[in-house]
Amino acid sequence: MSAQAAAEPTGSPATETGRMAVVPPRKPEKASSAALGDVLFHNLTRAFALIALATLAGIIVSLVWAAWPSLVRYGAAFVWTSEWNPPAERFGALIPIYGTLVTSAIALVIAVPVSFGIALFLTELSPAWLRRPLGTAIELLAAIPSIVYGMWGLLVFAPIFAQSQPFLSATLGRIPLLGALFDGPPIGIGLLCAGIILAIMIIPFIAAVMRDVFEVTPAMLKESAYGVGATTWEVVWNVVLPHTRVGVIGGVMLGLGRALGETMAVTFVIGNTNFLEGVSLFLPGNSITSALANEFGEAAPGIHTAALIELGLILFVITFVVLAFSKLLLLRLAKGEGTQA
Amino acid sequence: MDDAATENLVTEVAFRNFNFHYGKFHALKNINLEIYRRKVTAFIGPSGCGKSTLLRTINRMYDLYPEQRADGELLLGGRNILDRGVDIYDLRAKVGMVFQKPTPFPMSIYENIAFGVRLHERLTRGQMDERVEWALRKAALWNEVKDILPRSGMSLSGGQQQRLCIARGIAVKPQVLLLDEPTSALDPISTLKIEELITDLADEFTIVIVTHNMQQAARVSDYTAYMYLGDMVEYGKTDQLFLKPTKKETEDYITGRFG
Amino acid sequence: MDLHRRRYLVNRIALTLSLAAMAFGLVWLLWILWTTFRLGVSGLSLDLFTKMTPPPGASEPGGLANAIAGSLVMVGLGTLVGTPVGILAGVYLAEYGRFNWLGSVTRFINDVLLSAPSIVIGLFVYAVYVAQVGSFSGLAGALSLALIVVPVVVRTTENMLLLVPDSLREAVYALGAHKWQVIMKVTIRASKAGILTGILLAVARIAGETAPLLFTALSNQFWSMDLGKPMANLPVTIFKFAMSPFTDWQSLAWAGVFLITLGVLAINVAARVLFREKR
Repeated sequence: MSAQAAAEPTGSPATETGRMAVVPPRKPEKASSAALGDVLFHNLTRAFALIALATLAGIIVSLVWAAWPSLVRYGAAFVWTSEWNPPAERFGALIPIYGTLVTSAIALVIAVPVSFGIALFLTELSPAWLRRPLGTAIELLAAIPSIVYGMWGLLVFAPIFAQSQPFLSATLGRIPLLGALFDGPPIGIGLLCAGIILAIMIIPFIAAVMRDVFEVTPAMLKESAYGVGATTWEVVWNVVLPHTRVGVIGGVMLGLGRALGETMAVTFVIGNTNFLEGVSLFLPGNSITSALANEFGEAAPGIHTAALIELGLILFVITFVVLAFSKLLLLRLAKGEGTQA
Repeated sequence: MDDAATENLVTEVAFRNFNFHYGKFHALKNINLEIYRRKVTAFIGPSGCGKSTLLRTINRMYDLYPEQRADGELLLGGRNILDRGVDIYDLRAKVGMVFQKPTPFPMSIYENIAFGVRLHERLTRGQMDERVEWALRKAALWNEVKDILPRSGMSLSGGQQQRLCIARGIAVKPQVLLLDEPTSALDPISTLKIEELITDLADEFTIVIVTHNMQQAARVSDYTAYMYLGDMVEYGKTDQLFLKPTKKETEDYITGRFG
Repeated sequence: MDLHRRRYLVNRIALTLSLAAMAFGLVWLLWILWTTFRLGVSGLSLDLFTKMTPPPGASEPGGLANAIAGSLVMVGLGTLVGTPVGILAGVYLAEYGRFNWLGSVTRFINDVLLSAPSIVIGLFVYAVYVAQVGSFSGLAGALSLALIVVPVVVRTTENMLLLVPDSLREAVYALGAHKWQVIMKVTIRASKAGILTGILLAVARIAGETAPLLFTALSNQFWSMDLGKPMANLPVTIFKFAMSPFTDWQSLAWAGVFLITLGVLAINVAARVLFREKR
């Protein structure tokens, strides 16, 4: 704050209700061109900040507006109706919503522990000479476009996966209760396949964030834990992880957001069907994004398009809630630290 | 040391022809040193002289860093802790350490103390409560925190945090307590408290302290080692070393002509 | 020492699992890259860059010339439109809006945009532009890509400017400079490499984006540089061809995916080198 005060040498911060970052509405005695530049530049940048703001408002308003016919016609029941029948003009979003949530959940269940393991390896175990190359590789992999994952999933992974599904049925399928999830036709593509591809896609994201936050843990703090005789695992689990939990949660949420909103990696391998006859994860299904990608181009203007846009709106709301939730969580964590620190 | 016999001193830690390398850099050169049980030994010297490095070998903290290595002999209670078969986790239970800055773990005050104890002993809830209280009393912190044990360790002031770290170190009941410039991040009043604490703790523990503050070394230690560029220049009773140093370099340093 | 033995065992197991996780992650990723490389390289030919995408049932394998050109045009235009908006908004956040309401709200909105699914961006452009004009177009595609560029550039610009120490700003003020002069002449210049890195990363991000183009640029069988008409592009073409049953088309799709991956990785490496050198 003090630097900001200094950054406003001619300003009158007090009149700005204590907020100093705003250029004061002063009237210079001599409106030199440099002073005019200040006003112009400030307003120019502010205009563009407002553009960003307007864009979001625009997205929400336009989506609501375009989805309006569907919103009015189907009401809240849209969310829990499972029928999706364009010719009959009956639309319900249950199956795409279910597909989006389930595939993302599968992705997190696989990706979070693996990413944690990778981050642990990169920060604590890896020989020094391997750290940089492996870390860079992970970061570069996070940059690969999702269409690559999707196409590879469809043409390479799914056929191989289909062969291993009977094995999953024979093992995981035997577990009471959970077993039903792994019992079904071994056709490769389906919810589980989409979840696995998503997991592979988000591992680099989560691992990179976790590695970054583990790396900035003060060496002295780690040494203190080693100093009382803790093992590497105990140091990471009891000291590093709690110390970095804010960043770790942020990384997981980033991965979740990616998974929820991902289109291409899912559309290729989820099976694209609006019928779901059981709880098995082997079954093909649909996600919000895959439904949009497959149907939107061919949808007739009118109620079908509106229903699809409402799907998009729901997806937007879901990702917004995830983001807002993680922000709140981080805020509360930070605050908790604040009152105690 | 001639006094060893007269004062009935027992050697706790001994360095014999001890050398230390950071990669190619020869950081400690042929160190020979005896540290006596239940005495306070201070390492002094200009920065970069190797005093912290020497301290960190006693609990083999350097093991964390692959490019660092030690050779020679480092005896703790007569056993060479550089030996391959030594259990370093067990070693660190016997040798506690406190760092330049307070490093409370991200957990409650109670858990901060209990964490280390649990690594090495199975205690009942009641025994653990007792141990935590004992450690906090030893660290002269009990009265200040007894009502706020579930609060985060980070909620304490800097001086309190450092005493918490000392309590955490002694809760494991080590033989040796290493203090690496423990007051360098603290205000004068907190520093004074820690110094008093060090003197008290010497009744039960062997204490080795690294300090850049010569007055502090003079105030708290029984023995002092002066180091320069990886060499052990002079080692002896603190009174003698400060009043009648035998080496010219030591005299220059403690009289402030250098450093 | 039962307790000790158990702890060491747990430690050993955890560290072994960590090693396994690293191997697990690498195996998948190397497998994917290897497949892309193997099938992509075998699909490479000069035709790829000179011939148009094949129509259904064509006897000739065709190429990707129109799709490559369309992608370049839209990515270029999207970057050109999105970058200045992003930089200026980022400057506002870092230099004027650090503590005021507009700054905080914009920062939050930017986070929302950053995490918004790209397909939703496509829907937005469809609703406000394509549906109104009544036609899919290259311009709509470029616009949706620009909307993805903006939040990325805003974020990196703000972060990079905030890395400039306030003492440096104060030093310029002490010479009697106005605020805009301080920003334009010193802080932006000091963080130039970082901002440029952000732009490069944004380009890499949109180069492979498929979802927002599905309902904006659509695709085009033919060579067309008319921004008012549907425009061919690599990602949508790959999507279409990979899903098709024809091996010729699938091999074109692999070649396309290989080109995109190569381009994106090259840009990323360039960004890294640039950032490391200039800092």
